[in-house]
Amino acid sequence: MKRARTSPRSNGEVLATDTPAAMWELRLYVAGKTPKSLAAIANLQRLCDEHLRGKFTIEVVDLIVHPQLAKGDEIVAIPTLVRKLPEPIRRVIGDLSNLERVLVGLQLRPATT
Amino acid sequence: MGKTELQKAATGIAGLDEITNGGLPRGRPTLVCGSSGAGKTLLAMEFLVRGASEFGEPGVFMAFEETADELTMNVQSLGFDLDDLIKRKKLLVDHVHLERSEIEEGGAYDLEGLFIRLGHAIDSIGAKRVVLDTLELLFGGLPNENILRSELRRLFRWLKDRGVTAIITAERGNGTFTRHGLEEYVSDCVLLLDHRVTEERSTRRVRVVKYRGTTHGTNEYPFLIDDSGISVFPITSLGLRHVASDERISTGVPGLDDMLGGKGVYRGTTVMVSGTAGTGKTSLATHFVDAAARRGERSLYLNFEESPSQLMRNMRSIGLDLAPWLQKDLVRFHSSRPSAYGLEMHLVTIHKLVKEFAPRVVVVDPITTFLNAGASSEADGMLMRLIDFLKGQHITALFTSLTHDGDPIEASRAAVSSMIDTWLLVRDIETRGERNRGLYVLKSRGMAHSNRIREFVLTEHGVELLDVEAGPDGVLVGSQRAAGQSREAVAARPPGGGAARA
Repeated sequence: MKRARTSPRSNGEVLATDTPAAMWELRLYVAGKTPKSLAAIANLQRLCDEHLRGKFTIEVVDLIVHPQLAKGDEIVAIPTLVRKLPEPIRRVIGDLSNLERVLVGLQLRPATT
Repeated sequence: MGKTELQKAATGIAGLDEITNGGLPRGRPTLVCGSSGAGKTLLAMEFLVRGASEFGEPGVFMAFEETADELTMNVQSLGFDLDDLIKRKKLLVDHVHLERSEIEEGGAYDLEGLFIRLGHAIDSIGAKRVVLDTLELLFGGLPNENILRSELRRLFRWLKDRGVTAIITAERGNGTFTRHGLEEYVSDCVLLLDHRVTEERSTRRVRVVKYRGTTHGTNEYPFLIDDSGISVFPITSLGLRHVASDERISTGVPGLDDMLGGKGVYRGTTVMVSGTAGTGKTSLATHFVDAAARRGERSLYLNFEESPSQLMRNMRSIGLDLAPWLQKDLVRFHSSRPSAYGLEMHLVTIHKLVKEFAPRVVVVDPITTFLNAGASSEADGMLMRLIDFLKGQHITALFTSLTHDGDPIEASRAAVSSMIDTWLLVRDIETRGERNRGLYVLKSRGMAHSNRIREFVLTEHGVELLDVEAGPDGVLVGSQRAAGQSREAVAARPPGGGAARA
C-alpha cells in the first residue's frame, strides 16, 4: 500500500503519532485543501490531543491525489473519518465540528438521546 | 438548443430505441423509475452491456444495492457475460456499500468522495455510459437530507459536464415518480417501468413519461425479459396506413373460395372463423395453412388448445397431413397455455416469432382463449395491436374464435368486429334429431361474397362445402337435404333426364 506512514505529504500522511504502539488507528479522508477538509484536520487533532493522548495515529488521505483509495474504505462523503482500530470500524462524516457527535461516533462517549 | 438536433445514444435494447426515436439523450442523465422488481436494474445493465459490446462505449455501473458478484449472477440468465466485459475493460462495476449504523454525522459534509470515485471509474476505462443504481439509497445510508439534495443536484450537473450518457434508477414513490423526488433534478428524460398484475397475470410495461426536445411514443409499451435481454414491443397506434393488396389467396377449401368471390381472401387481411365447439374451425385453419405451404409460403400456427402432435393426428383423420410441411420448415407451431403468461407476454412472443420466422400466414387458434387471458378492455386493445402488427408485416391472419351455445354468435365481440376483414361463421343446425354444420360469410370487405349458408362437411379428404337446399321449413341439411334432393330429382324426372339444381 502507498499509505506508508513514513511518506510525508504524499497520500497517507501521518499527521501525528503519539506513541509507538498506537491503540487507535484513525484515517481521515479529504479532497483537497477545502475549508471543510482543513477544519476536519484541525478538529481531529484537537480531539485526539484531548481524549486519546498517547495512544493514536492519524493518517490523512487526500482523494484528489489518490482517487483509487476511495473504494477501499467505502468513501462517499467527504470528509470521512474512519476508525480502523480498535474494531469494529466506525465512520464519522463531516468536518468534525460537532464534538459531541464525533465522540459518540468514535464510541468515546456513550450515545445519549 | 437552437435548431441542433438532440443527439441520442442508442440503447441497443430491442424496441426501446424505436419508442424513444433513437435512444436516450446523449451526454445527459435519464431517470428510470419503477417499483421494485419492475426491471430497472436489468434495463440499466443491458444499456451498458449493449453500449460496450455493440457501440464501443464502455460503461460504469455504480451499484448501491447489489454487489458485483450478485449483478453478474443476476444478468447471466439474460446471456450477459459481465466478467468478460470487465476483464476487457469495457465495463466497470463499483459497489458502494453504506452502512448507516456505523456512520455518525460530525459536521458539514459533501459527496465529493462519490464524485471522485465515479470520476476515477469513468477515467480508468474511458466510460461513455454510466448507471447509478439505485442512487436514492444514499438517503437511507447518509444523514442530513438537505445536504444530500443539494449534492444530488450537483451530481446531475456534474454528469452532464462529464458528457456521459447516464441512467439513474429510482424507486417509485407514493404518488410521485420517485420516492425522493429525483425527477426534479433530471429534466431531460424520464422512463417509467411498471409491473402490474391483472387477474393474476403479470405484465411489464414501459412508458416514456418525458423526453425533452424530441418526439416519443406516449403509450405504455409492454416488454419482456427473457434469455436475450429486454424486448420492448412497440405497438404503433392503429395507423391504418397498411397498403392494401389486390392479391387474393386461397383458403384451401375450393367451396369456400367460391363463396368469397371465387378467389379466396385478400393477402394481408384478417380472417376470423367463429363457431361453437367442434364445428371444424381448426380444420379450416389447417386448410389455410396447407394451402399456404403448397404455395411455398411459411405459416406460423399458434396453438392454445392442443399440442401440435395431437392437432396433426386429428388433421390426418380428415386427410390433411402437415408433417411434410413441418419438415420443410414451411409450418411452425407454437403451443402454450394461454394462461401461462400475461397478454403482453403473448404479444411480445408472437412479435419475436414473426420476426424470426418471417411467415406469410399466421394462425391463432383459438384467439378467444387467448383473449380470455386478460381483462376484456385490455384484450380488445391487445387484439387490435396484434392485427395492426400483422397487417404492417403484410401477413394474412386467421383467427378462430370459440363461441358458446346460446351466445349471439355474431355479437361475439363488438370491438373486434371492426378489425376483421373476413368473418366466417360456422354454426350448428339442429333439426329432426340431426346436428349438422352450416357455414356462411358474415362479412368480407372489398369483395362480392355469397350470402348463402352452405353445409359444412368434414370428409376423409378435408372440408367440403355443399350447397344446401332451401325447403319450406328453412334450409335442409344432412338427411333432409338428401331427401330434398331426391324429391327434387323425382319431381324433375318426368320430362326426362338429369336434375338441375340451383
